[in-house]
Amino acid sequence: MTDTAPITCDLCVIGSGMAGMAAALFAVNRGLSTVLVGRTGEIIFATGFLDLMGVHPLEAGTLWNDPWAAIAAVVKDLPQHPYARLSTATIRAAFEEVLAFFEAQGLSYSGFPDRNAAVLTSVGTVKLTYRVPLTMWSGVAARQHKAACLLVDIQGLKGFSTHQIRATLGGAWPNLRTVKVVFPGTHPEGDVFPERLARSLETAGSRANWAAVLEPHIQGAAAIGVPAILGISRSAEVMRDLEKRLGCPVFEIPTMPPGVTGLRMKEAFERGLAGRKTGLLLENKVFRATVHRNSGFLLEAGSMEPDRTVQAAAVLLATGRFMGGGLQADRHGLRESIFNLPVHQPERRDDWHREDFLDRRGHPVNRAGLQTDEFFRPLDAVGRPVHPRLFAAGSILAHQDWIRMKCGSGLAFSTAYAAVENVKAELQKG
Amino acid sequence: METQVLIIGGGITGVGLARDLALRGIHSVLVEKRDIAAGASGANHGLLHSGARYVRSDPMAAVECREESALLKRVAGHCIEDTGGLFVAVEGDDEAYVADFPSLCSRCGIACKAISAAEARELEPVLSERLIAAFQVPDASVDPFHLCLDNLSEALELGSRVMLHTRVVGFDRDSGRIRRIRLINDETGEESWMTADLIVNAAGAWAREVAARAGIEMDLLYSKGSLLITDQRLTQRVINRLRPASDADILVPGGTVSILGTTSIPIDSLARIVPTVPESDHIVETASAMVPSLKTTRYIRAYAGVRPLVGSRSMDDGRALSRGFALLDHATDGIENFISIIGGKLTTYRLMAEKTADLVSRRLGVDRPGLTAVKALKPFAANRWTAAGLSPKLWMKAKAPGDLLLCECEMVPASAVDAVIDGIHEQGGLPSLYAIGRRSRVGKGTCQGAFCGLRINAYLYDQGRLEGRQGLADLRSFLSARWRGMRPILWGTALFQEELQEAVHCGYLGLELGGRR
Repeated sequence: MTDTAPITCDLCVIGSGMAGMAAALFAVNRGLSTVLVGRTGEIIFATGFLDLMGVHPLEAGTLWNDPWAAIAAVVKDLPQHPYARLSTATIRAAFEEVLAFFEAQGLSYSGFPDRNAAVLTSVGTVKLTYRVPLTMWSGVAARQHKAACLLVDIQGLKGFSTHQIRATLGGAWPNLRTVKVVFPGTHPEGDVFPERLARSLETAGSRANWAAVLEPHIQGAAAIGVPAILGISRSAEVMRDLEKRLGCPVFEIPTMPPGVTGLRMKEAFERGLAGRKTGLLLENKVFRATVHRNSGFLLEAGSMEPDRTVQAAAVLLATGRFMGGGLQADRHGLRESIFNLPVHQPERRDDWHREDFLDRRGHPVNRAGLQTDEFFRPLDAVGRPVHPRLFAAGSILAHQDWIRMKCGSGLAFSTAYAAVENVKAELQKG
Repeated sequence: METQVLIIGGGITGVGLARDLALRGIHSVLVEKRDIAAGASGANHGLLHSGARYVRSDPMAAVECREESALLKRVAGHCIEDTGGLFVAVEGDDEAYVADFPSLCSRCGIACKAISAAEARELEPVLSERLIAAFQVPDASVDPFHLCLDNLSEALELGSRVMLHTRVVGFDRDSGRIRRIRLINDETGEESWMTADLIVNAAGAWAREVAARAGIEMDLLYSKGSLLITDQRLTQRVINRLRPASDADILVPGGTVSILGTTSIPIDSLARIVPTVPESDHIVETASAMVPSLKTTRYIRAYAGVRPLVGSRSMDDGRALSRGFALLDHATDGIENFISIIGGKLTTYRLMAEKTADLVSRRLGVDRPGLTAVKALKPFAANRWTAAGLSPKLWMKAKAPGDLLLCECEMVPASAVDAVIDGIHEQGGLPSLYAIGRRSRVGKGTCQGAFCGLRINAYLYDQGRLEGRQGLADLRSFLSARWRGMRPILWGTALFQEELQEAVHCGYLGLELGGRR
């Protein structure tokens, strides 16, 4: 316990991934005094794509162009999936609120009304996703029309090969040319890192230099695909400026994670939330939590050791799974890290994973997690809410496989949205 | 195609034989159905036995190990780390066995020095506080991949040939003699015929299947052994549990990691040899009596191999059988030009190869003595990348501009990948991620191939070594192969790493969807 006075708030959000960040946003937008505690987790590995629902049923590997129809099918077939506790209106509202926030932070998104878009990955596979960073949007139409495009590779950028993308696409997109260039100011034989290139492109001089390098290679290309390096905080602006200089649409292809796409989201959230007077305890974790039936929660937080206390009327657990640290596994089983909540899980470790890594059905351990009531309150061993004001959202929830179903962002945003609405309602009860 | 000797099997015995024959001026072709050291030769502790482990159960094998390990330290020193070894007993272990140990060792001529428990713990602080006895013996650690590859490279340099991914599908017999051998290349589907004066079956666990194709029934038993690799080197020396040979009683350092095992499970089929979750639990629980921190340390991978054991079918415990080897001249079975070399262990591979080559020489009427006991194994630059910890040292020293690190966990630069690929081409193999991984540290670090697989894939496309959708297919099969070793140890940090890998390979790249659309 620490000497300093506790930070008091209505809601403490634990976790700074997609669900935690979104939850903090929803909470401040609803006038709740909010503290967010979390380490930088998996968000830096994000590709920038916002998935809503793409594959169901997993065993058949059925891909859906209409994510809403896919959700309806999931709700019917998997009544325990978190989406089954949400209306489509809630899911839509959650997406809209986050996208409006991103837009205000200079991180613009595009997409088709009610339809998934097919986007290119760095190995040349094509992925279905719901909302696409504006900086990648021209690539969607270019691919659809098999437009004659130029793909640009950068000397020293590892895990990214336009040769690979072109070869993998093959006849599916035949009119692709590739070129590898040295990025101005980098050593032609050294490593280059997307973040440095992206920060460099935020200056007009650097964009002019790079445009001069690319210009001779355009040769009538309908659009130019580049690795995702078009700035961090003002990516849309960087893209438009480059398009103007080149006289041709430009689109990004994500680099191998972690790239700048995750960094954009992380910085957008942090910037926007800081401006809204959210208590941000980033690079912090909760070491101990004390639960009082009436007064709420006392959370001891800090970076290396607990050095401050947060007193919160309600807690929203968005700590993620193994990467985020919300769930921990030893040889004998899974447990929840902060409150030691019951974790729904396969009976034996031998049942956690299938024999084939790429088994389409997915690994049973990925559907382990917290079971909740209809208000997203974790349940105790006998099926009652552990605490009236303890909520959970995001990938820590059981009965979903966000990786294989391609529903990560949708799950994070919409469950956070619903949980925050429920927090508010519960606090108003007094 | 024709040759004097066709060797079937690219394990340590086969490549050792190829080199031995080549040094006697005898031409051979080695066919291997998968890759070099793909069976038991690449799936063991990497322990160069002093012989101490066998002093009670098999004194003859103990003496062989003593002589051969001393010899290999002289002639193949660059593949060996002379770590020394300890035999330790903990409370509850059989004290009579402990008491007999020094005299049994001395009867076999094996140096064995008793030290106190406190001294042992000073040498190796991870040892249990419940130690009751400790002895120092001249055990060592050997890199079996390096050893196999250098044997093969020297044989090739001397004019021998190798055909990887090539399987024997049939023997064409003609009154007591194999006239032709029918082969198929599993990568290309190409079939071919080979004629040879003599055929040597050195297929390890698969020797029974090979012999069966020639109509010969062979008494060979299979014992599966699983092992675990820790992410750090836990001891400087080889640690043996001082008790009758049992599960999980050896911990061997190898470069920057330690290898713990093994189990011994009798099996009937070679169809799917994978380490399992119950085995990994059993190994951790059992071995922690000797080294308690094995319960909390991080593991990066498990693997399994099959010991081919020569012996009677009536015995069901694989360990009670001889770890010795048998040289079978199938003239007694009615085929005059067919020999099988079966059983044995890594430590005595040279002796096995020599005895086989002696027989081959006699049958071919070649009167030249074996040279492998005196002639040092030649080191080849392309083969040195298997050693854990070597690549970072060389890379730091060279600091060649433009030599990008493709594997960041184990610090394997592009130049090393190039060298390894050249080596694969010389062996007539295909530069798959799997083949590169067997010849280097690629995929062996904490990411287990999740990131270096993608970097190398991209690099190979840029080098023009991959085309079409080959890269995706290769990535999938590499990930599947790594997975077999990951699945049994996925808890703690390893599960974190697995989730990240799955998010990238499935969530982002959609590799599980089989490349539709």
